[in-house]
Amino acid sequence: MTTYYTKDHEWVRVEGDTGTVGITSYAAGQLGDVVYVELPEAGASLAKGDGFAVVESVKAASDVYAPISGAVLESNTGLADAPEKVSEAAESDAWFVRVKISDTAELEGLMDLAAYTEYCEGL
Amino acid sequence: MSEASTENLKRTPLFDSHVKMGGKLVAFAGYEMPVQFEGVMAEHIWTRTQAGLFDVSHMGPCFLTLEAGIGGGDAAHAEISALVETLVPSDITSLKPGQARLTVLLNEDGGILDDLIITRPLGEDAQGTLYIVVNGAMKEQDWAIFEKALAGKAVLTRADDRILFALQGPKAVDVMADFFPGCEELTFMQHMPFEVNGQRCIVSRCGYTGEDGFEVLIPAEAGLPLIEEMYTDERVKPIGLGARDSLRLEAGLCLYGHDLNPEISPIEADLAWVIQKRRREAGNFPGAERILRELKDGPAKKRVGIRPLERAPAREGAEIQINGETIGVVTSGGFGPTYDAPVAMGYVAAAHAAPGTKIDLIVRGKARPAEVAALPFVPQNYKR
Repeated sequence: MTTYYTKDHEWVRVEGDTGTVGITSYAAGQLGDVVYVELPEAGASLAKGDGFAVVESVKAASDVYAPISGAVLESNTGLADAPEKVSEAAESDAWFVRVKISDTAELEGLMDLAAYTEYCEGL
Repeated sequence: MSEASTENLKRTPLFDSHVKMGGKLVAFAGYEMPVQFEGVMAEHIWTRTQAGLFDVSHMGPCFLTLEAGIGGGDAAHAEISALVETLVPSDITSLKPGQARLTVLLNEDGGILDDLIITRPLGEDAQGTLYIVVNGAMKEQDWAIFEKALAGKAVLTRADDRILFALQGPKAVDVMADFFPGCEELTFMQHMPFEVNGQRCIVSRCGYTGEDGFEVLIPAEAGLPLIEEMYTDERVKPIGLGARDSLRLEAGLCLYGHDLNPEISPIEADLAWVIQKRRREAGNFPGAERILRELKDGPAKKRVGIRPLERAPAREGAEIQINGETIGVVTSGGFGPTYDAPVAMGYVAAAHAAPGTKIDLIVRGKARPAEVAALPFVPQNYKR
C-alpha cells in the first residue's frame, strides 16, 4: 500500500488496482471550514487532471482534480451529512472516492510523502 | 483562490496590527485587507455572540462643508442638504443633529451608483457640514460626483487617512462604554463626537452585521493605541472580510457591486424605505420618473432572500429557474454559520417574489431545489 500526492493537494492510496482518493490536510487547512462536498456517484469515470469533486467552504467553492484515471467504485456518502470531517480527518475518514485505476503507469508522475512535504514547505 | 498581486495596494493604518494578529491578507478595494484571522466560521459566530472588531478604513469617510461665511444652524443644514438631495432620494433636510440615514447615490436612470450613510453632525458650529461614508471601491467615483455637484458651493474633505473601525456584536456596547462613556445612550443610526488623546473622533451606533454595534472614525495616532487596548479585552477579537460578508448576507444587507449596481433601482432592490414621503411627493431626484413609476406599478424584478433546500450553497451568478425557465439570478450566496444552512440573495421576476415560492438554482449545471425566503435570515439586533 503506497500513498501518492499531487501538486493540487490530492492524495491517492493504492492497494492493487484500487485507489482511495481525498484531499490533503494542507489543502483542508487552506480551505477553512468545509460546509459541503459534492462527489461523483459510483460508476462515474474519472480522467486524470479533471475536476471530479467540489469542496465548498463558507466563502467559496473549490474544484478537486482526479490524481489518476479510473471508474468510481464508491463515494464517501458520509461526507454529505458531515462535511466538517474534511477539516478534521482529511487524510483518513474523509476520503472522497474509491476508484478502480485504469492505468497504474499514471502514478509515476505523482509525489511520495517526502516529496510532497518538501513541496508544501516551499509554498 | 487566485492570489492577486499585492503591488500598488494601499494599506490602512491598521495593517501592522492585522499582521500581528495573524490576519490572512488579500487584495480588496485597492487595499491589502484581512480576509480572516482564525477562520470565517469562528469569527462569524464570535461576532454574533461577543464583540468583533472590523477594520473598515478602506471605505470612504468624508465631510461636505459649505464654503465659509454662510453661518451655522438649521439654515446651513438646509443649504448643504439641498445640495446633496440633488444626488440622493432620501430626506436629508429633516435629519436631526446627531442622526444618520442610509441612502443611495443615483444616476439619471434611477440606477444605484453606490449606497452610503449620511450623518448630520451634532453641535451648532458643525451645521452646514455632513459626515458621509461611501463604499471603498466606489469612493473615487462618488467623491468626483460630489465635487462636481458642489463646485463653488461646498468643499469635500477626504477622511480616508484615518482609522474607521466597527465593533459589532451583543457585547460591543459594554466594551465601547469603557472607552467612550456615554455612547451607550445612543440608539441605532445616532452618533456623537468624542475626544481621545486630544484627537476628535466620531462614534456612530451602526454597522453592517445585523448586530448592535458601533463605527468609530478616529485619527490613526489616537486609534492605534485604543484598538491595541480593545484587543486585550477578552470579549473582543479581530474579524476579517470573510465573516463580514457572511454576517451581512444573513442580515439581508446588500453589498454594492453584487446586490446593487447602476442598472438596479432602489425599488427593485427593496430599498423603497430610503425614499421618504417628502421626496416622493416632490419627485426631485435623479431617475425620479422610473422610480416613482416602479413605486406605483411595482418593479419588473425584485431582490429576495433565497433558501437552498439542500446543503449545496449557490454562489453569485447562479441562475434561478422555475420549470426550466430562467426567472432571475443569485447576486450573493454562501453558507450562513448562524442560520446553519446555505443562504443567498438574488433578483427574480416580481411575479415569483413571494416568500415560499419554489424555485430551482442551477449549481454546476444541476437544478437544486430552493425557495424564496423572507429577509433577514437572522433577526437584526439593532438598538432602536
